[in-house]
Amino acid sequence: MPYSRTRVVDVLFKPLTTAPYEILRKTIQREKKDVINELVDSGLRGRGGAGFPTGMKWKFAAQQKSDVKYVICNADEGEPGTFKDKKLLCEVPRKVISGMAICAWATNATKGYIYLRREYRYLVAQLEEELRIYHEKAKEMGLNFPIEIFLGAGAYVCGEETALIESMEGKRGEPRNKPPYPIQNGFLGKPTIVNNVETFASSAMICRIGAEEYKKMGTADQRGSKLFSISGDSPKEGVHELELGMTLEAFANEFGDGDTKAVQVGGVAGFCIPRKQFKTQIIGEGNTTGGSTMIFNSTRSMYNVLHNYLDFYAEESCGQCTPCRIGTQQLLKGIEAVKSGLKPPSYLDQLIKLSETMRITSKCGLGQSVTNSFSSIVQNFREEMIF
Amino acid sequence: MANNINLTIDGIHVSVEEGQSILDAAKKIDIKIPTLCYHVDLCVAGNCRVCVVESVGRNNLIPSCATPAEEGMEIKTSSPKVRRARKDLMALLVSEHNTQCTTCYRSINCELQQLAAEYNVDNDIYLSVLKPTAKVDKSSWSIEKDDSKCIRCQRCVRTCAEIQHVNALAVTERGRDMKISTFMHLPMNEIVCTNCGQCITHCPTAALTERRYYDEIWEAIDDPDKYVIINTAPSVRVAIGETLGYNVGERVTGKMVTALKKMGFNSVLDTDFTADLTIIEEANELLVRLKKALVLKEKVALPMITSCSPGWVKFIEHMYPEHLDHLSTCKSPQQMFGALAKTYYAEKIGIDPSKIVSVAGMPCAAKKFEANRPEMWDSGFQDVDAGLTTRELGHMIKQSGLDFFELGESEFDSYMGESTGAAVIFGATGGVMEAALRTAYVVITGRPVPFENLNIIPVRGLEGIKEATVKFENCVPEYKFLEGVEAKFAIAHGLINARQIMDQIVKGESPYLFVEVMACPGGCIGGGGQPIPTNDEIRKKRMEAIYAEDMDKPLRMSHENPEVTQIYKEFLVKPLGEKSHHLLHTKYRKRNRY
Ligand SMILES: Cc1cc2nc3c(=O)[nH]c(=O)nc-3n(C[C@H](O)[C@H](O)[C@H](O)COP(=O)(O)O)c2cc1C
Ligand code: SF4
Ligand code: SF4
Ligand code: SF4
Ligand code: SF4
Ligand code: FES
Repeated sequence: MPYSRTRVVDVLFKPLTTAPYEILRKTIQREKKDVINELVDSGLRGRGGAGFPTGMKWKFAAQQKSDVKYVICNADEGEPGTFKDKKLLCEVPRKVISGMAICAWATNATKGYIYLRREYRYLVAQLEEELRIYHEKAKEMGLNFPIEIFLGAGAYVCGEETALIESMEGKRGEPRNKPPYPIQNGFLGKPTIVNNVETFASSAMICRIGAEEYKKMGTADQRGSKLFSISGDSPKEGVHELELGMTLEAFANEFGDGDTKAVQVGGVAGFCIPRKQFKTQIIGEGNTTGGSTMIFNSTRSMYNVLHNYLDFYAEESCGQCTPCRIGTQQLLKGIEAVKSGLKPPSYLDQLIKLSETMRITSKCGLGQSVTNSFSSIVQNFREEMIF
Repeated sequence: MANNINLTIDGIHVSVEEGQSILDAAKKIDIKIPTLCYHVDLCVAGNCRVCVVESVGRNNLIPSCATPAEEGMEIKTSSPKVRRARKDLMALLVSEHNTQCTTCYRSINCELQQLAAEYNVDNDIYLSVLKPTAKVDKSSWSIEKDDSKCIRCQRCVRTCAEIQHVNALAVTERGRDMKISTFMHLPMNEIVCTNCGQCITHCPTAALTERRYYDEIWEAIDDPDKYVIINTAPSVRVAIGETLGYNVGERVTGKMVTALKKMGFNSVLDTDFTADLTIIEEANELLVRLKKALVLKEKVALPMITSCSPGWVKFIEHMYPEHLDHLSTCKSPQQMFGALAKTYYAEKIGIDPSKIVSVAGMPCAAKKFEANRPEMWDSGFQDVDAGLTTRELGHMIKQSGLDFFELGESEFDSYMGESTGAAVIFGATGGVMEAALRTAYVVITGRPVPFENLNIIPVRGLEGIKEATVKFENCVPEYKFLEGVEAKFAIAHGLINARQIMDQIVKGESPYLFVEVMACPGGCIGGGGQPIPTNDEIRKKRMEAIYAEDMDKPLRMSHENPEVTQIYKEFLVKPLGEKSHHLLHTKYRKRNRY
């Protein structure tokens, strides 16, 4: 049953009463496979956007035979309007680092990196200090898993895990073909687990409170709690931790300004939900788990919203593959042409078909997900596209 | 290796080795999947997406070139979903393209044009997103780069990195501005580009082409005051047929000569003549170096490395400027030819050298640059006025309206038209080495090389680096110092392999006395000026044609060429003599690495 009220929770930022790295110390005394199974059982999904079950990722990674394995914390956070990962790294870095260390211990990984968004480089000194403490503690515990900070290349697409790996290898940040997946063949050709900052922090919390407790939050499809970066027409802009599973109506009532027309869930790669679907649509269900949520009130032109998104895509696509590089430009030019009368309104249908081609033929999640916002905005706000 | 992956493609069962792609599997059962960014010579990029296929059970289509075949896959290469998507992708590519096929150099030899035609793409579906800023870079003597015809497949980037290890081209910018560019966006003539032209032969469209000079040549031919000489390289005759409707590997030497004569070239001569001459000069140069090293105990640079590939020469000038003394000082056959055309030849036929226009028909893009090197004015004029590629010559023959199939065969004109089999094999990797050994062995021992039919098989073939060892026994008195010496030789083609040889030399670990390097994979038969496509299958066939041409020649060792003997008697006096030094040898210059 979806929740008709939003439930604000405090798991991720809650200060721990235990000594530093206590969770880590306790966890690594358990059986590795028990910890992984607990994570599988918790139902935690990656918080970086794709929503892949984290426990399964770790399980596959643990099965890979290799002397060298890497764990990478994806702190590229390039999505406009998102700053939840920064907040975690600033306020509870030990939870994130613990999550990485538990992951490494459970999967026999040997080296860790925090891939830090270039704009966050002012955090480096603070994080280095945290890592110094961690390395000390880890030594006491007999855990040999050094972690280093790697400064990002400064492009949105470098948050895509394989582009991220390419850029760490000193190459241009272009996504790779998958398969092989990073857990098979990642950084420097070795098995590599890439998880989002929040995913690591959540994993650590699951180790602390247990899967049973964690599962009490959320619905069957979406377990636990999650951070939402709320922006747009909201009196409560900012990062909020919410229990998953509420309807959009509940969400809009809590965070909207009373005049909410639509909510973009899951960032630019997500869907735009119009008011008429608020009652039935559950936030996070069936759409992406990225952090940013944008609220639009009735004064907004959805044409402008879409135009901004497409402009962003046409700029931020890495440009290597045909459907995404050219498709994003065509969608942008296309809605301009319809608006100006150069193309008839029926051209919008052609463009929706094009966005579908992009979805099924693009190389990475960027090009594949343009259709989400494009189709949902064009279909639900068609007259705004034309007039 | 056993076939251990079983799948079906369009209902047909196929087994392949683990790791092979769906595209490989489809090829095996003769199912054609269209491709653009894929090239057999290169690693897989998977960026054009036109090779997408449907894998039953998956929602998204998958790129067949980049996806390994998996057990139990059910692939559809032409389902409605695939066909629609592919056509859409083609339409997108066309919308970004400066589609001017009627006036395009690659028309009817263009992969984009062919696919767009096959799919009958509607030009009006999408708006044009061609960048108004896309421009043509004509700064280089050799390479023309037209961004408005580029489909961003990155084949050129991979070629320049993987085959040549030059990395002159790279992807820059993102999104709609993404394009292929150079270091700091410098023009092509200011970068480390070796002018090898491999990026051209790997480009699916006209975005990279050789700078063309045939209009100037027609003008010269039409000018009654000019005497236009052409010499053609050995690998042109085994490849030009491809541009004129012949099968790969068919030799059309005699017809080509007839065509060139009918087109109005005043003399049609053979670069093979100066290839033979190169062997005489180079073999003597090597023997002098060996004598200095072994007898006089002087410090000389060994191994000596061949210098007939101008792409290679520019590469070493950029990348190993401290080691230029390893290069033979011999000019390439093209440049020897040019210097002699406006001196010896002019004298022989009694023409004022200022009236001579000397043209070289070459498998090569780098020779255009070489012809324009400022040091190549030893005749008192620009020694070679223009270098034309095999492709340009093919175009000119078509422009002339001749029915090439119906032409009879003719011989090259004389003085500098005679050649031996040793010169012919210059066109294939290992050929210069084989030709040099055929002559050097005779000089050193008085006997022919101990290989059946003079065919030195170990130096042939497409392996990246080949080695040979020759032991000199019963040497003639002059070369007694080589008695019992087991000389090691190496042959490298493709600059990435040349790099290995050079890195050994830099470390002082090179075991060789003499090394042959050709910039292009396969040697000149795979040159940057050769017909497109070029791949290993085609290289092999052109190579076979070269060796067949060699076997057909009555004389197969350079020193037997009667015209070579004649030119030493009448003009050059002796190998490495003063005239040779002036006309046939050159100097190199240090260039920057960037
Ligand atoms: C264009 C693009 C940008 C992305 N940016 C990020 C990012 O900034 N941070 C992140 O954690 N994941 C990002 N992802 C998702 C990653 O590819 C990857 O799925 C994720 O890091 C895996 O971690 P998770 O399983 O913990 O979510 C991006 C994906 C795409 C396609
Ligand atoms: S979909 Fe877009 S971002 Fe992803 S690889 Fe293709 S061009 Fe690059
Ligand atoms: S590159 Fe190909 S498609 Fe483009 S204009 Fe030339 S022939 Fe036509
Ligand atoms: S001509 Fe050769 S060196 Fe120059 S860009 Fe092309 S492949 Fe690279
Ligand atoms: S120049 Fe040619 S090979 Fe290079 S990316 Fe463009 S179309 Fe491809
Ligand atoms: S040929 Fe496969 S993606 Fe280009």
